[in-house]
Amino acid sequence: MSKEKFDYFIKTENNNWEVIIGLEVHAQVISNSKLFSGSSTKFGGKPNTQVSLVDAAFPGMLPVINKYCIEQAIKTGLGLNAKINLLSIFDRKNYFYADLPAGYQISQYKNPIVGEGSVTLDMPYGTKVVGIERLHLEQDAGKSIHDLSPDKTYVDLNRSGVALMEIVSKPDLRSPDEVNSYVKKLRTIMRYLGTCDGNMQEGSLRADVNVSVRKKGEKKFGTRCEIKNVNSIRFMEMAIESEAKRQIEILESGKKIDQETRLFDTKKNETRSMRSKEEAHDYRYFPDPDLLPLEIEQSFVDSLKKNLPELPDQKKDRFIKDFKISPYEANVLVSDNNISLYFEDVIKNSDIKLAKNWIIVELFAVLNKKNLDIKNSPVSSKNLAKLINSISSGEISGKIAKQVFEVMVNTGDDPSKIIKEKGLKQQSDPKELEKIVKIVLDKNTDKVQQFKSGKEKLYGFFVGEIMKASSGKANPKLVNDILKKELKK
Amino acid sequence: MVDLNNISLTEIVKLVKLKKVSSLELTNHYIKNIEKGKKLNCFITTCFDETIKKSKTFDAKKNYDSLLPGIPIAVKDLFCTKDVKTTAGSKILENFVPTYESTVTSNLWKEGAVLLGKLNCDEFAMGSSNETSFFGNVINPIEKDLVPGGSSGGSSSALAASFTPATIGTDTGGSIRQPASFTGTVGLKPTYGLCSRWGIVAFASSLDQAGPMTKNVEDCALMLEAISSYDKKDSTSINKKKENYSKNLNKNIKGMKIGIPKEYRVDNMPKEIEQLWSKGIDILKKSGVKIIDISLPHTKYALPTYYIVAPAEASSNLARYDGVKFGYRSNKGKNLIEMYENTRGEGFGDEVKRRVLIGTYVLSSGYYDAYYLKAQKVRKLIKKDFDNSFKKVDAILTPSTPSSAFKIGEKTSDPISMYLNDIFTVPVNLAGLPAISLPAGQDSKGRPLGLQLISNSLDEQRMLNIAFAIESEIKFKQNLNRWWE
Repeated sequence: MSKEKFDYFIKTENNNWEVIIGLEVHAQVISNSKLFSGSSTKFGGKPNTQVSLVDAAFPGMLPVINKYCIEQAIKTGLGLNAKINLLSIFDRKNYFYADLPAGYQISQYKNPIVGEGSVTLDMPYGTKVVGIERLHLEQDAGKSIHDLSPDKTYVDLNRSGVALMEIVSKPDLRSPDEVNSYVKKLRTIMRYLGTCDGNMQEGSLRADVNVSVRKKGEKKFGTRCEIKNVNSIRFMEMAIESEAKRQIEILESGKKIDQETRLFDTKKNETRSMRSKEEAHDYRYFPDPDLLPLEIEQSFVDSLKKNLPELPDQKKDRFIKDFKISPYEANVLVSDNNISLYFEDVIKNSDIKLAKNWIIVELFAVLNKKNLDIKNSPVSSKNLAKLINSISSGEISGKIAKQVFEVMVNTGDDPSKIIKEKGLKQQSDPKELEKIVKIVLDKNTDKVQQFKSGKEKLYGFFVGEIMKASSGKANPKLVNDILKKELKK
Repeated sequence: MVDLNNISLTEIVKLVKLKKVSSLELTNHYIKNIEKGKKLNCFITTCFDETIKKSKTFDAKKNYDSLLPGIPIAVKDLFCTKDVKTTAGSKILENFVPTYESTVTSNLWKEGAVLLGKLNCDEFAMGSSNETSFFGNVINPIEKDLVPGGSSGGSSSALAASFTPATIGTDTGGSIRQPASFTGTVGLKPTYGLCSRWGIVAFASSLDQAGPMTKNVEDCALMLEAISSYDKKDSTSINKKKENYSKNLNKNIKGMKIGIPKEYRVDNMPKEIEQLWSKGIDILKKSGVKIIDISLPHTKYALPTYYIVAPAEASSNLARYDGVKFGYRSNKGKNLIEMYENTRGEGFGDEVKRRVLIGTYVLSSGYYDAYYLKAQKVRKLIKKDFDNSFKKVDAILTPSTPSSAFKIGEKTSDPISMYLNDIFTVPVNLAGLPAISLPAGQDSKGRPLGLQLISNSLDEQRMLNIAFAIESEIKFKQNLNRWWE
């Protein structure tokens, strides 16, 4: 496959601009209880029903680290090929806000639990390695609700203290497409690991996007702006485009970019200033004296590493090697762990080539149309394998299979039952087929003459007529053999 | 009947176990004392109805087999007590009633004790004279215009005046030992992590530690045994087996080595304190202890280090008092920021504000390295000084304070001279070590003076034994005529 060339540059009259992007992804850790308290992390509970005295920062309350969250962070770090820091420190990030009960957020500042790593993306122009700067653990804040009353703000502390992993990328991303691909890849990795469900609607995954621009060929980075708290991939792409254009306009008019924090207005499709560098909070970070430095044994990391599930990149390589499928197809199949499991289930008892095509083309089309994910597929892996076997064995043709599949989608039925009930079994008796071929040729003696005198295109016409006469059930291979023989006569 | 005011907690426990006195009789006795002593302003809250009820329940029990059977005890108002108002001496928590009980007080009740009430203290334990309390200053029973020390001034005063047979305080920079020294009582600050901090209103988390305040060393051992415990709710709690300090208490200190740090001979220290120190040294020598001169070279940096670290942590710990969730909320202000400003402006007293400001300053970007980070480095050096010394000696003997109790109002306008009062007690907190102050004599005005023993981490038993030996030789006698009654 010929590779395309990377060409995301924003062209203006005189310049070609390159966009530099770095992401701080906040991923909610999958765990039953919060990072420093025993309260439930379940989404959607009634306001303030999942709040312990620790979460509400009552006097004398102390945080106790949830070991499972540590484990989850390490696993994620391993999934990002990153260095696990055996010593990390929890710091307090101090600021006042109504949904931050303690007046500080416990986070990791100078000594994060996970250091440098990388994520590999498959782009149309080849693979791209994106550097990971760090991953650290921190508490989520509560939620301020401003729209329930004209003069009051309500605070829901259910989310207060839930564990987040902040995954900071290096400024290695160069286009909205790469950002799209990066976030999806991160999400896939974390879903494989079971460390974050990646559900953006519930806020389990959101990102701060750092954007700067520079003229193509320049080495030095421009001044960046940070777009806070973007909660969908599409919005990230939109925000980057509009922010890059804004910065380019400023620079081309001879002005300078102010380093600042901005918000993305999804309705107006533009970013606007939230606070400037001068107005930036002084968070007065310092090590949380309520928590000892976090020390991890290498043996603990090793045991987690040993029990890590197969990750998407490994699975992809295995699929390419073992199943002889293209990197593109392998990518599609491993992009969702459930799809890969479905695929592996189907090919246990059926032809790989047919299986991958049926899944990628037919099944995906149906799932897309019905807006279902693979777990809720109306066609079970077992039934799809049966359908594929019916094709392989010659029981039905590919064309008939599509009819059967349509019924399967609507009823969830076993394909053999559908074939039997509808009498769709392929006509493979040579004598019967010979009869049909002869009838068709007899009816079209003029066309047979034309064929013989060189108009070979008519071959397809004969096949079509034969299939029609057999109501589509004729075994195409046999039809071919017989037709060729008869036409030579 | 015996005079309950003049016997120790240990003796009272014996009387209860022998059924010579009931829990209710004890409670009634202390209630009477407290009511006659309101002048001293020791209590912020009393809960006598509950105390009487619990005493009666205790008396109806058959099993008196616990460390503090039916003993009524008042505690510093920094310990959260379930359903009993807990103020930390501050307006901002004026009406705060916890729904939970601190681990340390839970331990007391588990051992059979019953709560008499909550004792006055400096606001958020910030002070050395109990003059920063929103609920007014406490008077030292020694003399009517003397401070009882701080921040556990309500505790020391109530103990000395026999409003409670023993009590507990908290010690962040000397808040147990200094008031003990000022009132002729015993106060012990345990190894950091020996007693759980869970449920104690935090001042400076890396320094705060609860500890007993008692009339003698034996009582102190008993109380320490009762309150110390590993607590998995406190990540800095030390996971170790509970010790039987009272059972193992003995005066056999022959052959031990005690260090005398030269850096504690500060300028302008009253002669009487020098003499007291020498008296302590002589007693130890007579008991067969070897006296060794030692050096703790970084001692002079302890006070400035403390006044960076403690306010830094306090500025963050006190951020939660914002009027949003509990405690005082100002009804002035048009928006959230103004509500914060007014709540904290009206809710906190001057000393608290001063320390929050200092703490915020030293943590600010641009100043962090010069102050907080440097202070943390010095803190390590101070700890190292002690570590080196404990390779040579079993304990260290110093005076508890550079002066005896001062007059009410004497130092309120001069925070630095107030802070200097902590000069001998602060290094111990920075190093996380245990220390005990025991009464060792009186100055010419009849004001008590204390000696401080410092020991290695988790070496409380040996420290108590040494204190026990000194106590029996020094024969300190408290002369209180109960002038306030």
